[in-house]
Order: sequence, then structure tokens, then C-alpha cells
Amino acid sequence: MSGAITEDKVYVYEAPVRLWHWINAASIVVLGVTGYFIAYPLPSLSGEASDHYLMGWIRYLHFIAGYIFAIGFVGRIYWAFVGNHHARELFIVPLWKPEWWKGFIDELKWYAFLKKEPAKHEGHNPMAQFAMFFMFVLGGLLMIVTGFAMYGEGTAPGSWAYNLFTTWVIPLFGQSLDVHYWHRAGFWLLVIFVMAHVYVAVREDIMSRQTMVSTMINGWRYFKDNRKD
Amino acid sequence: MAMETFYEVMRRQGITRRSFLKYCSLTAAALGLGPAYANKIAHAMETKPRTPVIWLHGLECTCCTESFIRSAHPLVKDVVLSMISLDYDDTIMAAAGHQAEAILEEIKEEYKGRYILAVEGNPPLNQDGMSCIIAGRPFHEQLKWMAEDAKAIISWGSCASWGCVQAAKPNPTQAVPVHKFLGSGYDKPIIKVPGCPPIAEVMTGVITYMLTFDRVPELDNQGRPKMFYSQRIHDKCYRRPHFDAGQFVESFDDEGARKGYCLYKVGCKGPTSYNACSTIRWNEGVSFPIQAGHGCIGCSEDGFWDKGSFYGHDAELNAFGIEANADTIGKTAAGVVGAAIAAHAAASAIKAAAKKGDE
Repeated sequence: MSGAITEDKVYVYEAPVRLWHWINAASIVVLGVTGYFIAYPLPSLSGEASDHYLMGWIRYLHFIAGYIFAIGFVGRIYWAFVGNHHARELFIVPLWKPEWWKGFIDELKWYAFLKKEPAKHEGHNPMAQFAMFFMFVLGGLLMIVTGFAMYGEGTAPGSWAYNLFTTWVIPLFGQSLDVHYWHRAGFWLLVIFVMAHVYVAVREDIMSRQTMVSTMINGWRYFKDNRKD
Repeated sequence: MAMETFYEVMRRQGITRRSFLKYCSLTAAALGLGPAYANKIAHAMETKPRTPVIWLHGLECTCCTESFIRSAHPLVKDVVLSMISLDYDDTIMAAAGHQAEAILEEIKEEYKGRYILAVEGNPPLNQDGMSCIIAGRPFHEQLKWMAEDAKAIISWGSCASWGCVQAAKPNPTQAVPVHKFLGSGYDKPIIKVPGCPPIAEVMTGVITYMLTFDRVPELDNQGRPKMFYSQRIHDKCYRRPHFDAGQFVESFDDEGARKGYCLYKVGCKGPTSYNACSTIRWNEGVSFPIQAGHGCIGCSEDGFWDKGSFYGHDAELNAFGIEANADTIGKTAAGVVGAAIAAHAAASAIKAAAKKGDE
């Protein structure tokens, strides 16, 4: 992953990956906010029930954003097959490679202030890759599976979500309430992921030896120095 | 006795033909079948030899029986009950003691593979099953013995279906639901009719369907009859428009409670509970918990005693020896991570400043 990088820039994130990243980020924000208000609804409205459709709209937005998140997720998996090798970093963590672990420990040291300078990375550093897979990919998958299982409960037997998810997810988790429980737990997992992700991206952009935030906008990773590791 | 039909049994009980036909059409309606099915039910009951029903009681509170004998249409109760009491139901039959137990043996012999075994409650397995003794034997022995030759088993209520209160943590008697006790090797259908208790009309509906059509009603993948358990309370709740509008009872004595707003915020489990309460209702269709102003507690769901408060939605997780829920764990973890980020950011800034100073 690191090794000898001497060029001053490298094309990392292809256009579909960048587009997906920002659509995905927006859908997570919408899902998080609307999901929170489904769990803890806003203060009660007065007047006739027929005058309002607040919960209805919140749930509607949640479902739309859920569809976007899920379709984006599938599209991103597709891109892992056809895109460049960086597109696969999200899904395949080389836990079996000693040099990956070396890089992971190296990165831990950098974050524990035990190293003066981090290593250079073209794509994700090993620690980032670890969090991406175990928090975002697996967390996202949990949210898609539990989310569509609950969506299927509403769309009733016969609907695609019910047949594809509800039928096996509910008995797997126990009962409907358990599925809701794990969906909430997944929400907090993703909240923590987003917090860490944003912090680390900004920090790396300032302190590491390569660009971070702009890379997800223009696709190019610029290196700030041309020293070897 | 072997060739006696349901119709003959009913007539012997003093039920007129007119009442019999009324019962047939009501049953057809209750089962969600078309009007034409009333004739089919009548025909089946007139011609088919009756199927005996054995009603066993394990570790339970008899609320299923209490519910059953209060079935909305008195005739349904009379008919089905008289058919059943002819055989075995230790709570309501006339026979007692050895005389009663002899019935079991007789049915098992005479109707081998042709009787329906209805089970209320469940068998406790700890202390060799001593927590539930029927006729001098542990209940699990009686259950296994009668299950051998049954045509099908009906698991009445949440006890027999899921375990219910006696199987709630820490389950000292090790009470297990019927399907788990008999295991995956048991080859006859087991119909779960959960609820604590199940709705009377659901019970009579299931049993009438099985007796008249001589087959098991269509079940979902958890073994519950689809006709009564395929929708959530929430899906057919008459307060649902208030949910969609965003009108909630915030506390039990507020304006919203008086106006009949949605009980979601005070912990109604309607959105996670599969049952027919919001359509069939209780006590001859008079009311059901939500209509009475209290949220659904989800009594027909697996392990509902162990899923946290009746007045909240966040199921509790027994992790690290403490009862906690997803949101408490989540907020704590997010707080810790947030604080860690702030501290780390501060340390990074100091470190960077120091480095600049060095240069």
C-alpha cells in the first residue's frame, strides 16, 4: 500500500466512487435525522389528524433515503469489481498480510503521538480501511437488512421487501422488536463512524503527507513531499 | 361413536338446524372466507366423522381457556366447547381423576393419528419436570405420550408458542415451548396461536377450520395461521391516522390521551406485534387495549416479558451484567468517542505547534 511513492500525485477515486461517496453521505444524514425522529417523534401536533401528515412525511423521507443508500451500496459493490484497485479497499481487508498489520500498528503509533511522521498512503491507510469495513460496510449492511425487514412489515406479505427480508430477518433476530433494537444500535455505530471519519479526514488533510478531503472531490491524491517513507 | 358427525353431536347438544346454519355462516365470515363457504362448512360438518380434540394443560394460568369460553358468538362456544369437553379438557370436563385419564388412553388408541392435540401452557424440564405434575406424572411425559399419535398440535397462547412468563429470565423451571420440547424430529404440524391469551374468536376460528376442512390453516414461516397473524396491530389500528399525522399521547393524563391520539410515545408495541386485536377486538368486539387507552404490550410476540419496559420501545440488552438499551449504549459510546476526538484534536494541535516551534 505504502512502499515507495515518489510521484507527486496519483488518481485514486474514480468519478462513480466520488459521486457515490457524497450521495451516500447525504442519504446517511437524512436517514439519521429522520430515523431519530421516528424513534423519538417530534412534539405532538394539535388539530385534526387529517390536517397533518408529519410522521408520514418523515417516514417517507426515511424510506426514500433508505432506497438511495441501499441502491448506492449495491452500485458501490459493483464498482469494486469494475473499478481500479482502490475501489476494492472498502470490501477486502487483507488481514492475512503481515505488512498490512505492520502498517496498522504504524498508523496506531502515529495516532498515539509515538511517531513524528506518518507513512504515505495512496489509498486508505490500514486503520482507515479497518474502520471502513468493520464499521461502515458491515454496519451499513446491518442497516439495509434490518431496515428493509421492517419496511417489509409495513408493505405486508407479498411485497418484495417482505419476501426478501422480513421472512427470514425477524425469526433470525427473535421478533420485530429485536430487529428494531439492532437497527437503533446500527444507527449509533454509524453516528460514531461518521464522527470519527470526519475528524480523521480533516486531521489527515492537515497533518498527513497527502491530501484527503479534496481527493474525494477531484479524485487526485497529491503528496506534500517527495521523500520516501 | 367413531362414525358420529359434528352435526349429530351438535343436534344431540340441543342445537337447532337454524342455529347450526347460522354458526356455519358466522364461521365462514370469521375465517375470511366467501359466503359460499358457509355451505361447505355445513356440508363438512354433516358428513365428516368428527375429529376429537384433546386439550392438555401444562404450566399455565388458564387464561387461554378463560378467553376461549368467552367467544363472541355464544353458539361458537357452545358448539366447539361441547365437542371438546366430550373428550378431554381437565379444566372444564365433567370427568375427573382416573376416569378422566382413561379418556386420554382411549382416544390415543381409538383415534390413533386422527385426533388434534391442543396444548395450553408448556412443560417445565428442570427438577425432572416436578414443577408441573398432571395425574401423578410430570406434564412433559403426558405431552410426549399424547403427541406421538396426534394428527396435529395446536399450541394455545404465548406459553405453548414461545414460553411466555414462566420462560422469562431466569426461567427457574426451564419451561420450554411445545415445538422446542418436541424438537425438529417431530413430524406433525404444530400450529402456534400466540397471545396472552389469544383472542377467543381466533381460537375458535382456528379449531373450526381444522375440524371442518380437515387440514391445517395456512401458516407463516413461524407457524402462525396467516389469516390472523399476518398483520401488525399497528397496520389496522383505528388510531393510526394520529400516528401518521404526528399526534401522540405524551403522558397518560394529557390532552392527547383524552383526544385518543396515538400511544406510540407511551410505549405502544402495536408496530411490532402480530395479532388480530385491532380488527377482531375483544369481548364480543367491544374493545381492545389501545381502544381502552393503553398501549399494546405485544403479548403475542416471542419473549415479550424480556424486551424491556411496556412503556418504551427500546428493547433491553443484557450485556456486561447490566440491563441497557441500544440508545443508552449508543449515546454513551458516541459521547466517549466525541470526547476522545476533542482531546485528540487538542493534542494534535499542540504537537503540531511544538513541531513548528522546533523548526
